[in-house]
Amino acid sequence: MIKVVDYGVGNIQAFMTLFKQLGFEAHRANSAIGLSDASRIVLPGVGHFDRAMQRLNDSGMRPKLEELVLVKRIPIIGVCVGMQMLANGSDEGSLPGLGWIPGRVRAFSEHPIASRLPMPHMGWNDLEPCNNSKLFSRGFETAPQFYFLHSFYFDAEDKMDVAAIAHYGMNFDAVVSRKHIHGIQCHPEKSHHWGAKLLRNFIEL
Amino acid sequence: MLRPRIIPCLLVHKGGLVKTKKFAEHKYIGDPINAVRIFNEKRVDELLVLDIDATVNRVPPDFTLIEKLASECRMPLCYGGGISTVDQASRIVDMGVEKVAISAAALNDPSILTEIASSVGRQSVVAVLDVRRKSNSLEDLYEVCSHNGKRNYPTTVLDQAKRFEEAGAGEIIVNSVDRDGMMEGYNLNLAKQVRSALKVPVTFLGGAGSIDDIKRLVSTVGVVGAAAGSLFVFKGKFRAVLISYPTDKQKIEACQLDQDILKTDNQYV
Repeated sequence: MIKVVDYGVGNIQAFMTLFKQLGFEAHRANSAIGLSDASRIVLPGVGHFDRAMQRLNDSGMRPKLEELVLVKRIPIIGVCVGMQMLANGSDEGSLPGLGWIPGRVRAFSEHPIASRLPMPHMGWNDLEPCNNSKLFSRGFETAPQFYFLHSFYFDAEDKMDVAAIAHYGMNFDAVVSRKHIHGIQCHPEKSHHWGAKLLRNFIEL
Repeated sequence: MLRPRIIPCLLVHKGGLVKTKKFAEHKYIGDPINAVRIFNEKRVDELLVLDIDATVNRVPPDFTLIEKLASECRMPLCYGGGISTVDQASRIVDMGVEKVAISAAALNDPSILTEIASSVGRQSVVAVLDVRRKSNSLEDLYEVCSHNGKRNYPTTVLDQAKRFEEAGAGEIIVNSVDRDGMMEGYNLNLAKQVRSALKVPVTFLGGAGSIDDIKRLVSTVGVVGAAAGSLFVFKGKFRAVLISYPTDKQKIEACQLDQDILKTDNQYV
């Protein structure tokens, strides 16, 4: 059963609608019990890093998530700030992240070239898959574009964890995959057929 | 490479879609949800939906409609019209709307942008400036207005745009009252000035009559949002209603950027 974590942050409805259209059964989970029979987990997230982390910590679902992801190894994909939460921490805030994929979330504004570009990074941009991530295993014969909307980016410690790169004044880690834990900075739930294909690949892993 | 965003703009009036000329002469287009479905199929970059009644009628946003739009819309959605409180904005974002557009409330008090940004994140806060050429001036001067053009403000467009940016807007939309519905091209002069004055993404609305107009805008100011109403809902000189959108090929053609802009990544012209 696909579970979309509903901790009050992120465009959950878009995921529900998309999964329905793709023919997959998915439910929102807003409690630990709601997560229990998850076979795939989607962690959405928008807005400020600290606010998202605080809400997740307060939701009562964190211990269950840790059990499912770290012990039972249920595949999970974090989207946008949901991806950023997988890191050890973010320069945007002061709360620690989940730390499930070693890395730090940094500001484009600290980079010499990216800092001169309009912020946030907003719009459709190319993704360059790398390291043979299973998220791009089918349907990505031509280079995809996805919708981005963010001012901070994930900087993975181990570059073998990088599943796709994007460019905005600098190359940055747009998609990460570390075993069964995945993160995507852009919005597959709002990226038409490209997003649908990627999510399908995630479900059918 | 980041592409320019080509954005259909839909105006909601009494629950239905309309198109205007210079913010007047409402012509009925059709049902908003149907239009969204058609745009879904055409895989549009982003959609802008503006309720033109809420502010003048002093009513809150139509949450029922917004919820329907949000669940139907498969691309990023920006919604505006009558949003004046943090609660309204966060409620709308929680429904699955990527961005909220604020205009009159921010002119009244720009700190509303700061408050909304703290709640939903700056990336989801868009400030809209309705601008109109100053009638009593021979020079190329513009004034800011609201309430469908019925109220004026003693400020320049650039000053107000910068104020909004400082207050927390993550995007600025400049909406030209004079060019609205005229399909005679964007105001390129003003676009240039606005693009170089701001650090946030900008979108221009008002005047697009052809894909060439979009091409002209993009080659003048680089990667921006090119929003249009009439261009995507009408066809022909009698303005028959037809929902349309450029093909991928037309988009690539329209968005050929100047080589210098591509090389240096420098968007501050």
